[in-house]
Amino acid sequence: MGRLLRQHEFYVAVILVGFSLLVGLVNPAFFSLWNLFALLKSSAVIGIFSLGLLLVLISGEIDISFPAIGVVALYLTNLFFSGIDYEGTVLLPFLMAAGIGVLLGSINAFVIARFQLPTLIVSLGTLSAFQGFILTFVDTRIINRLSDPMIDYSRSKALSFGGEGGPVYSIHTSVLVFLLLAVVTWILLRYTTLGRGVYALGGDRQATRRAGFRIWKIETFIYLYVGFLAGIAGLIHSAHVRSGNPFDLVGTELNVLAAVVLGGARIGGGRGTVLGTVLGVLLITVMNNSLILLGIPSYWQRFVTGMVLIVAVVLPQVRHLRSPQPA
Amino acid sequence: MPPPQFLELDDIHKRFAGVHALRGVDLSIREGEVHCLAGENGSGKSTLIKVIAGVHPPEEGRVRIGGSDLDPVTPLESIRRGVQVIYQDFSLFPNLSVAENLALNNEVEQGRRIVRWSRIRATAREALARIRRELPLHRPVGELPVADRQLVAIARALLHDARLVIMDEPTTALTQREVENLFTVIENLRAEGIAILFVSHKLREVLRISERLTILRNGSKVAEGPTTDFDERSITEAMTGRSVRDEKFHYTAGPGARPPVLEVEGLGRPPAYRGVSFRVDPGEIVGITGLLGSGRTELALGLFGLLPAREGSVRLDGQPLRIRSVEEALAAGIAYVPEDRLTEGLFLEQSIHRNIIASILPELAGRFGFLDFARARREVEEWIRDFGIATPNAEVPAQSLSGGNQQRVLLARWLARTPRVLVLNGPTVGVDVGSKEAIHQRLRALAAEGMAVLLLSDDLPEVVSNCNRVLLLREGRLAAEFDESVTEETLNAHFAETAGTAGV
Repeated sequence: MGRLLRQHEFYVAVILVGFSLLVGLVNPAFFSLWNLFALLKSSAVIGIFSLGLLLVLISGEIDISFPAIGVVALYLTNLFFSGIDYEGTVLLPFLMAAGIGVLLGSINAFVIARFQLPTLIVSLGTLSAFQGFILTFVDTRIINRLSDPMIDYSRSKALSFGGEGGPVYSIHTSVLVFLLLAVVTWILLRYTTLGRGVYALGGDRQATRRAGFRIWKIETFIYLYVGFLAGIAGLIHSAHVRSGNPFDLVGTELNVLAAVVLGGARIGGGRGTVLGTVLGVLLITVMNNSLILLGIPSYWQRFVTGMVLIVAVVLPQVRHLRSPQPA
Repeated sequence: MPPPQFLELDDIHKRFAGVHALRGVDLSIREGEVHCLAGENGSGKSTLIKVIAGVHPPEEGRVRIGGSDLDPVTPLESIRRGVQVIYQDFSLFPNLSVAENLALNNEVEQGRRIVRWSRIRATAREALARIRRELPLHRPVGELPVADRQLVAIARALLHDARLVIMDEPTTALTQREVENLFTVIENLRAEGIAILFVSHKLREVLRISERLTILRNGSKVAEGPTTDFDERSITEAMTGRSVRDEKFHYTAGPGARPPVLEVEGLGRPPAYRGVSFRVDPGEIVGITGLLGSGRTELALGLFGLLPAREGSVRLDGQPLRIRSVEEALAAGIAYVPEDRLTEGLFLEQSIHRNIIASILPELAGRFGFLDFARARREVEEWIRDFGIATPNAEVPAQSLSGGNQQRVLLARWLARTPRVLVLNGPTVGVDVGSKEAIHQRLRALAAEGMAVLLLSDDLPEVVSNCNRVLLLREGRLAAEFDESVTEETLNAHFAETAGTAGV
């Protein structure tokens, strides 16, 4: 029990449950299965982005270019597949989106690892450049008709129950994808030397080098993986909204950052877990979607998210400042 | 028959961009020997370590490790033959657990891709068993005290079948008690036939722990032999190349009754310290000593307004003074030289010039707030000359200086304000003997000019020889006061008592 109370995840879970109860009290509709499953579905995109950002934060950096990678991936992929009236498996679009993501991630990786630059500055540039590339050289129009496999995916369910006269409740496939990627990321971080290298890098760069890690390899991997996840998240987003909009997603980096930081990842590196991140994502999703249920105007969202982010970074810092400083 | 030689360096030369850092140095260490490498900062100790570690291959000379020559000398080959260096920063991961810190290097080295936590813990236990210590395996290393972090670094080094462990200034950040623990560990290693090269300029420790001794000065070996052939004086003279005066500081009250510069009455900031009362007359150097956690540093920070006191009163030149912030302390003429010059004192990346004038910017600012650069330059030149700061010019960054010279820069900064009260916290920690002496001489000169000097230090020889009164702080209270006849033995006895009552 003592150990549990020391875990950041525990507190996030308590706040999540507490906040949910509060919303449920004001509006019982919150606890309907339909609403809960809808929340899960809408957490998938932020969630997948968060897994990537988690790695970056653990390594001691901040990346904000991933929404742009998502946009490029979703736009090019949908443009291509609806252009050829594609009819096959949805895996191919996913493969393409992930591939575009990895490609763009490699640009980040190259600049960051080769020139040893802070990710925040590099990604500030690539964020604008990636999205701008689409708007300048490809198109600015919204793709309104997705290919059939994408439409099918948007209706797909991982699990459904109910029926037989009653209403049908179903969990969307995207939730399963998020879960799967979360497990993969967890294994990666916990059970691979590479994953431990990410933590080591966030702990002490010089010591990481002396331990025999090759830092450029760790960094390259991180940004390829971020790109991979961003590509997938972008495509899923387009399926959820059933359109390919080159203006989407950019702006969500705030939500994602808030989720990861709420989940206990430390700005400055070295700390963060997949479980915490998943809880953080759920908390942010519930907050964003429940303000309406609470009767709070939706334009409060950005304000609230911003405040939450500030509180989430201030609280651990307060604890850090209060703890006795090492001599 | 003595054990065979493990390390033999023969006529090593090393140059950096024209600087002849090592000039024909010999060094030999037998298996299981505790050897001390002593020398002032800049004497070539670090370079010599890096030669042995293979980081800086020598230009001339022979390196023999474990019975055969290394050619070429590379880090990998050095490690393979059993040489491990424990750097001053320990190279640990504060965010990772003790177990992982112990095992991670091994995992990487063996090219493992998958982490098995049972194996990590087993490796960690094995490592700790080597130094016969227990540490909480799951605790993040960043939460451990410095001494335990050092043990982690040592235990990790032993995993590589170390035959020679090089420790670079291992006692700098340790308390007396922790130093004893470290020495026990060193003894244990020696018993297993592991040689230790101990780099230090703390003479007392050098004399206690080592069997043999090599002293460097300006890149050359100036003395070598069994430690029993040396005493503190002869080591110091070998290190500095001149005979060191070891005079005690005497305070003589000036003519007429001058009021005390500083009077402190019932000062407190519980729980760190409380009820502290003392006075400092002009020209006095008053020492305050106490173990780590005695409230010594907090008291100093209280006088400087960084952690304002909550109880009691302070009078400066007879006038009541409230110190609620650094600004107020500075305005009243109190200057503070912090314990850790690297993180609390200097702007490491800034020039010596900027470091020195930082405290007197308002005075240098003329009308409209523009700085008088010509005057600033004159001031800085003066301080560099006065203090004998060894630097090509005033524009080099502070971090390029040796520890002793950095400390001189920091002192110059605060003295530039001509304070009434100078509070120094561990002013010679990590400073070589030559600089140490220069700083002590300087303090005496300042006191003679009527400045009140408050010297907080746990370096007992320093306190005993430089202070005309010594206050002992224990668990936040003044436990005893001594006049200038105090000896190290008396103070040590009181420390032992402290440790006893605290039940440590």
